[in-house]
Amino acid sequence: MRHDRVLATAALTAIAALALPLGDTGSWQDHPPELALWSAMIAIALFSFFRPAAMAMMAGLCLVGALAGAVALYLLLQDGARGDAAIGLWIGLIGLAALVWRALERGAALGAETRSTPVNLAVPAAFGIWLLYLWQMLTIGFGVPSVLLPPPTQIATSLAASAHVLGEDFVQTFVKSMIPGYVIGCGAGFLVGVLIDRVPFLQRGLLPVGNLVSALPIVGIAPIMVMWFGFDWQSKAAVVVVMTFFPMLVNTIAGLGALSRMEGDLMRTYAASYGQTLRLARLPAALPFIFNALKLNSTLALIGAIVAEFFGTPIVGLGFRISTSVGRMDIALVWATITVAALTGSAAYGAIALLERSLTFWHPSFRRV
Amino acid sequence: MTTSEPVVGGAMPLRMVARGLSQGSTLPVLTIVAALLVIWYGAAVWLNAPGAIDRFERAHRTAWTFGDLVADTMMQDRPVLPAPHQVLVELNKTIFQVSPSSRRSLVYHGWVTLSAALLGFAFGTLLGIVLATGIVHVPTLERSLLPWIIASQTIPILAIAPMIIVVLGSIGFVGTVPKAIISAYLCFFPVTIGMVKGLTSPEPLHLDLVRTYNATAAQIFWKLRWPSAIVFLFASLKVAIALAIVGAIVGELPTGAQAGLGARLLTGSYYGQTVQIWAALIVAAITAALCVAAVGLVERLTLRHMGGRP
Repeated sequence: MRHDRVLATAALTAIAALALPLGDTGSWQDHPPELALWSAMIAIALFSFFRPAAMAMMAGLCLVGALAGAVALYLLLQDGARGDAAIGLWIGLIGLAALVWRALERGAALGAETRSTPVNLAVPAAFGIWLLYLWQMLTIGFGVPSVLLPPPTQIATSLAASAHVLGEDFVQTFVKSMIPGYVIGCGAGFLVGVLIDRVPFLQRGLLPVGNLVSALPIVGIAPIMVMWFGFDWQSKAAVVVVMTFFPMLVNTIAGLGALSRMEGDLMRTYAASYGQTLRLARLPAALPFIFNALKLNSTLALIGAIVAEFFGTPIVGLGFRISTSVGRMDIALVWATITVAALTGSAAYGAIALLERSLTFWHPSFRRV
Repeated sequence: MTTSEPVVGGAMPLRMVARGLSQGSTLPVLTIVAALLVIWYGAAVWLNAPGAIDRFERAHRTAWTFGDLVADTMMQDRPVLPAPHQVLVELNKTIFQVSPSSRRSLVYHGWVTLSAALLGFAFGTLLGIVLATGIVHVPTLERSLLPWIIASQTIPILAIAPMIIVVLGSIGFVGTVPKAIISAYLCFFPVTIGMVKGLTSPEPLHLDLVRTYNATAAQIFWKLRWPSAIVFLFASLKVAIALAIVGAIVGELPTGAQAGLGARLLTGSYYGQTVQIWAALIVAAITAALCVAAVGLVERLTLRHMGGRP
C-alpha cells in the first residue's frame, strides 16, 4: 500500500510545531483552546493517514481539520506582537498548507467525479479563502508595514468604514461613466459591423485596420478626451466608447462570416431574404463572437473609465479615490477601492457570461460531453 | 496564381497586380486609411473652427473667407485636434531632428517605455508558461487556481498601477521594474490561457502512443506537448506584447514619471500641447504595431524551423 506523503507531512510538521518556539505569543501551554484545536487537526491528519476513507469523507475530514488548524494559528498570531512569529508558527503553517492541499485535491477529484456544481464552486472558493488567509498570516507574521501591504482584515475594516464614499465613487465611475460608454461603444461597433457586412470591399479594408487598432494603446486618448469633453463623466464615457468600439466591430464582422456554407445554402433553398437570413441564421451564429467582444469589453471599459479619471475628474470616482488615497498613503483605502472595482468587474463579467450561457447554449463549448 | 500562368511580357504582371489589388485587402485598406485621413482633416477644421473664429474676431478681422478659416485651423499652435500634417511635422522634429539620446526625442521616450514593456513581457510570458505547465500537470491546480486566474483579469490592474508604482518606489524600486511588473501582470493571462489550451492540444492517440513508449512526464512535455503548444503560444504572445506596451504607458501616468511615452502624454495634457500628445500616441501605436509584427516574424521563422505548416 502506498502511503500518503502529503498527509504524513501535515501530521509530522504539525506535531513538530508543538515543540518549537512560537515567538512573543508564548508557548502552547498558555493557550489551551488553540492547543485543543491544533490537536484536533493532528488527530484528523493521523486518522486520515492510517485509515484512508472514501473521497467525499476524506475531503470533508481534511477540510474540518484544516479549519481547526487555521483558527488555532490565527488566534495565536492575534495574541502575539506583530512581526514576531517564530519558527514554530511557520512550521505549523506548512503543516496546515499540506492538509489544505489534500482537502482541495480530494475536493477537486470529487467535483470531477460527481459533476456536482456546489462542489465545483466550493473548491476554487476554498482556494481563494486559503490565499486570503495566507496573505493575512504572512503580513501579520512578518510584520509587513501596512503602507506596503495591509492585511485583508484591515482592508475589510476600511471598506466598511468608507462604504458611503465608495458607493458614490461606484455610481460615478460605473453607472455614470462606464455603462453609457459601454452601451454606446458596443452598440455602435455592432451596428457598423452589420451595415458594413453588405459591402465586402469595406469589410476587407476595415478588418485589418480594426485588428490593428484593437492592439493599440487606446487608453492614451484619455487626456485628449478629458480636454474635449471636460472633467465629468462625459469624457470617461467617450474613452470607453472608443476602447470598446473596435473589438466589437472586428468580432461582429468575424461572427457574421461564421455561418457554415450548408446553413447558408439551406436558407437560400427556403428563399429567405437577406433580412431573414441575417435574423434567423447569421446573427445567432455570430452570438459567440459578439459575447466574446462583450466580455472583453467589460474589462476594457472599467479600465478606461478608471484610467481616464487620472487625467482630471470631479472629486468623486474610483480612479480619483485611488490616486488621492495613494497620495495620502492610505493604502488600506486603496485596496478597499480596488476590491470594489474588482467585485464590479467580476460581477459584470459574470452577468455577461450567464447571459451568454443562456443564449448560446447550443455552442459546443457549453455542451456536456 | 503565380504557378498556374506563365508570365510572358510586361502586361501580365500588371494585370496580376491589378487583380491582386481588387481581390486582396491592399486596396480596401488603403481606401479605409484614406477615408480616415479625410475624416481627420474634416474633424480638425470643424473642431478648430470656433477657436479660429474667436481669434479673427479678437483681431477685428471681419473680412475672412472660408479659405482663411481652413488655413487657420490647419496651423494653430494648440489646436483642439491637430491636423495630420502637424503631427507629422512634430514627429519629424522629435524623431529625426534631435539626437536619440536627447530628452526632447521621442525615440528616447519610446525606448524608456519599450524597455519596461519588453522586460514585463519576458516576466509575464515566463510566469504564464510556468502556471500553464502546473495547471496541465496537476489537476487540483486546474480546478482551484484556474478560476482565480480568470477572475484576476476582471480586476482592473491598470487602476492599481499607481499604487504599485508608489509602493515599490517607497521601498526603493524606481524606474523600469515597477512598470515592468504592471506589464507582466497584463501579459501573463493570455499566455496562461493559450498555453493551457496548447499543452492539452495533443490528441489522445498521440499521448497514448508516447505512453506505450514508456515516456516520462518530462519527455511527453518536451517532445509532444511543447511542440504542439507553439502555435497557441505565439497567438497569445501577439496579444501579450500589445498589452505589455499599454501597461508600461499607464505605469508612467500616475507618478508624473520624467520619461516615457506616458510621461509625454501627461505633460502634454498639463500644458495643453495637443500636438505633443498626438505625436506620442502615434509613436505608441507604431511601436505596438512593430512589436506585434516582430512576434509574427519570429513565429514564422520558428514554424518554418520546426517544419510545421506556415
